[in-house]
Amino acid sequence: MKRFTAAGAPRIGLIDFPGSNCDRDCNDAFERHFGIKLIPVWHTEHTLPQVDAVLLPGGFSYGDYLRSGALAAHSPIMGAVKSFVSKGGAALGICNGFQILTESHLLPGALLRNRSRRFICKFVNLAVGSGNSVYQKQLGQRVLRLPIAHGEGRYYIDGEGLRRLHDQGQVAFRYADAKGHANDESNPNGAVDNIAGIVSENGRVMGLMPHPERATDPLLGGSVDGLAVLDTFLSSFM
Amino acid sequence: MALLCWIPFCLRLCEGSDLKMTTTFKLPDTAQMTRPPQIDETPGPAFTALMRKHKLTGEEYARVKDILGRIPTMAELGIFSAMWSEHCSYKSSRVHLKRFPTESPDVVVGPGENAGVVRLSGKLCLAFKMESHNHPSYIEPYQGAATGVGGILRDVFCMGARPIANLNALRFGLRSHQRTPHLVENVVKGIGDYGNCVGVPTVAGNVSFDASYNGNCLVNAMTVGVIHEDRIFKGYATGQGNLVVYLGSATGRDGIHGASMASGSFATSENSERSTVQVGDPFTEKLLLEATLDVLDKGLVVGLQDMGAAGLTSSSFEMAGRAGNGLYMDLDHVPVRTTAMTAYELLLSESQERMLMVIEPHKWDELRAVLDKWQLACTVIGVVTDTGRVQIHHKGLLEVDVPVDPMTDLAPKYERPMRPRVKDAADPEVFNQKVTAAALVRGPEALLLAALRDTGDKESIYSQYDQHIGTQTVHGPDVQGAAALWVRSEWADPSEPYLGVLTAATCNERYNRLDAYLGGAHAVLKAARTIAAAGGRPLAITDCLNYGNPEVPEVMADFSAGVDGISLACRELSVPVVSGNVSLYNETDGESIAPTPMIGMVGKIQDVRKSPTAVVSESASLYLLYPLKVGPQFGGSLAAKLLDQSLHAGQAPEINWHAEREGMDFLRLIIGNGQVSACRDVGDGGVITTAAKMVAKSGLGLQLDLASTELGRYSDLAQYFGEISGAYLICFNSGDESKALQSAATLRYNAVVKVGQVVDSSKISWGPWSMPLKVCHHAFTSALS
Amino acid sequence: MSSPDSPSCSDYEVIVRLKPEVLDPEARAIQETLTRIGFAGVKGLQVSKRYVLSIEDQGANAAGHAEQIAREYLANPVSETFQIRKL
Repeated sequence: MKRFTAAGAPRIGLIDFPGSNCDRDCNDAFERHFGIKLIPVWHTEHTLPQVDAVLLPGGFSYGDYLRSGALAAHSPIMGAVKSFVSKGGAALGICNGFQILTESHLLPGALLRNRSRRFICKFVNLAVGSGNSVYQKQLGQRVLRLPIAHGEGRYYIDGEGLRRLHDQGQVAFRYADAKGHANDESNPNGAVDNIAGIVSENGRVMGLMPHPERATDPLLGGSVDGLAVLDTFLSSFM
Repeated sequence: MALLCWIPFCLRLCEGSDLKMTTTFKLPDTAQMTRPPQIDETPGPAFTALMRKHKLTGEEYARVKDILGRIPTMAELGIFSAMWSEHCSYKSSRVHLKRFPTESPDVVVGPGENAGVVRLSGKLCLAFKMESHNHPSYIEPYQGAATGVGGILRDVFCMGARPIANLNALRFGLRSHQRTPHLVENVVKGIGDYGNCVGVPTVAGNVSFDASYNGNCLVNAMTVGVIHEDRIFKGYATGQGNLVVYLGSATGRDGIHGASMASGSFATSENSERSTVQVGDPFTEKLLLEATLDVLDKGLVVGLQDMGAAGLTSSSFEMAGRAGNGLYMDLDHVPVRTTAMTAYELLLSESQERMLMVIEPHKWDELRAVLDKWQLACTVIGVVTDTGRVQIHHKGLLEVDVPVDPMTDLAPKYERPMRPRVKDAADPEVFNQKVTAAALVRGPEALLLAALRDTGDKESIYSQYDQHIGTQTVHGPDVQGAAALWVRSEWADPSEPYLGVLTAATCNERYNRLDAYLGGAHAVLKAARTIAAAGGRPLAITDCLNYGNPEVPEVMADFSAGVDGISLACRELSVPVVSGNVSLYNETDGESIAPTPMIGMVGKIQDVRKSPTAVVSESASLYLLYPLKVGPQFGGSLAAKLLDQSLHAGQAPEINWHAEREGMDFLRLIIGNGQVSACRDVGDGGVITTAAKMVAKSGLGLQLDLASTELGRYSDLAQYFGEISGAYLICFNSGDESKALQSAATLRYNAVVKVGQVVDSSKISWGPWSMPLKVCHHAFTSALS
Repeated sequence: MSSPDSPSCSDYEVIVRLKPEVLDPEARAIQETLTRIGFAGVKGLQVSKRYVLSIEDQGANAAGHAEQIAREYLANPVSETFQIRKL
């Protein structure tokens, strides 16, 4: 795992919206485990500071009114994020951040209300899909255990879109059982094809519903698999 | 697209503010102002109805006139009604609450403020409080529960504390009651949606079902926050000439008379109360939270108070009262959501997510900058004066002119008549035998299944709560004991890098129905045992005293006995009461709820890594720590409830305080030594129910035999299903057993005895009985389905 | 924002709902409940969200404006469809 000094640390912009509430947790995880201080970027900014990557944390941006992530997708800073990504910049969207990425059309598909109509908070197992992104290559054959906490995390994409995702190796994480088999029983929210996280075509934009920042210490739920995901995020642009 | 981008802001501004922003406030000459008409006090049906609506007695009304020296205006009548309501004035309970012990070396802020504060480590303190939202939740469960969470969060963060954990304690009617499923579904959703959005984890809770709540559910919400000892903020309106600033959502007609509603009983025919329900907006709450902590951190305000029950009225009187000052406010400046609101409505509205602040005029610009960042509307609506009066202007009239101190000092205070309930005089042993006989008829296996179903896993509830946000949750609701949080703070003593906060909320209403005095003590003890079983030392409690109609002498006697029982336990365990709330009139059609003094407790563990869970995950020997010379009881027991036996007969478990203290100290010692892998206090349904719950989700079987303990002297059923105070089941870490047992050798009032084995088998067996593990697991996990 | 009753405003109703092929758990739950409590023969049920936009008349532009808001903002083309009409 990587560990940085203040001078040598990568510059990661933490995009903060009113209603974001996992920003502090992301900060804590990156600082404690990698020595990286995230650079807060407020939603009203029209430009990004000099950064190597951006991170969109979880929460309820703008109260998640209209649709989760929809209002945030139209905020000034997202214009800057879009142009950053279009030039090959790396981005990680966690939970609400994933919703914002799909609403901004930086990732395909949409995130809809859970099949159970309830908010779900629990640890789930994730199988890693096949593809060429650093996420898929680095995390490879593992089954990851991460917590989810969302009311609108049911990934949806039409049949054609799903085929394209598979063809292009964009399916990064699928809800699975402890052995890594994705089946209906292991699907917490009714996501199409058990999809929990996807990457962009160039593999540098990652969106996922589970919270890697919450599984970074054995004391907190017994899993450190989130560290591996965050570590891979760093590899995606370093 | 530019226009589209800003739609959210436009929406917010439209509803949020009239955009009138003043930096100065000229105090007009109130002596020159015209007063509105006074109320018509001609005796007759109209006046009687007016008094009834405002829940003021003839004597109280006479006192209002004495204080004012004249007949009140309509707005003033509303103010007195709200401020003197049971909810705001504690008029029936105040004389009793004085008896609580409130001091200890850990206490930094005791009762009387928005929340109590205790020292945790170094300069790091915990601010916490529990509050009821029973009546609103019964009427509109989703919004009622949600706004209950919102209110308690604000009480904690307006002191400057950042909330780190929410808890809730819920009581519903029988599951077969027609309204129960609807209430459970929506209360849970309301709590979840609010806390999840604000971003505070819900880490522990407590729920049970009892016929006495059929017409009155209880929703008690608790928040724990962290705060620096030197930065605790209190809501004073100091400094004449300082500005009174309104912050947050605009005012609508919602919730008018909420305070007096919480001070009356229900009749099933009354549905019109619906109009008083407030609607919560957790998004605005999150903004308020961040903005409040920001302005307090920057020292931009001198006073700050949540507009909770009785809204603008209580916040202004409380702030002025504490500072010994007066306030002048102009309601024409209050942001409104709907037009043509009267002064009466503006003053009594309980619209949510609003705060009242007092600031020095020169800090206005800096304050605006912070609030603008958080998109919060704020408006200067008044000024601090030296008059000792709250004076309120609206549309050219001086609607309110009330002296502050007499309003609080002369608030009614009742020593209501009390008549202790007649206790069942029969020998408790007779009842114990009756329950034993009934259990044999039902069959011990069936009884265990019923017990597991009744007290089983609440996953369908807690999975709707975000338990992990904040990344401090070491033990959440899934491990079934006290919640454990790993608090990482630069304010803590650096020698405690794994500092842990333990917290739990609980109350056994059946013990309370049987004996309100012992029941109060048991509620505190249960919380303390839960904390001790997780390795912690209790620091302080908050309470929600939920009782029925205080005008019924038996209910008032229960209340008084409950206060004494809690006080007794607090003294015996050296745990002070630092905050709390009273909810009376929990009755429908003359039926009061079982006395329910809910206790919320916080404790400390120095090294949270050592905190065991209340469930086992691997094969181990099972030990029982139990108090000597104390027998099991069926009075108020889970078995009595499940076997349809009287809930008014028999005796609640007796308490040996020496044994309780010694047991808890012993647990803290061996847990601190890192010797314990699992520990759970023996509760509802006795030793077998507790043991079965420890293994139910582990996939492991259990063999339990109490013959070698003192309990072995009692009948098989009493040993296993009888209830006892001060007992725990313990699993040691492998290799640590002998060392832990050596420590046990010095115990004087307790014994530690090996009573069984958690094994890789497909059975749960106890005494002469056994059940397939699968069946137990199913009963346990289908608890709420 | 202009007040809804200012004279130069037109109201546009936008109804947004999930595409028919997308599972709507809320609609399903309501329909199942209706059947359970005895309303036989309810074969379908849709839930939608209705917005009313009051837009200042800007010549022929207001309708296009409403259409643009609905398409780019109120509905997500991936999972939702919308209908728009002038009230």
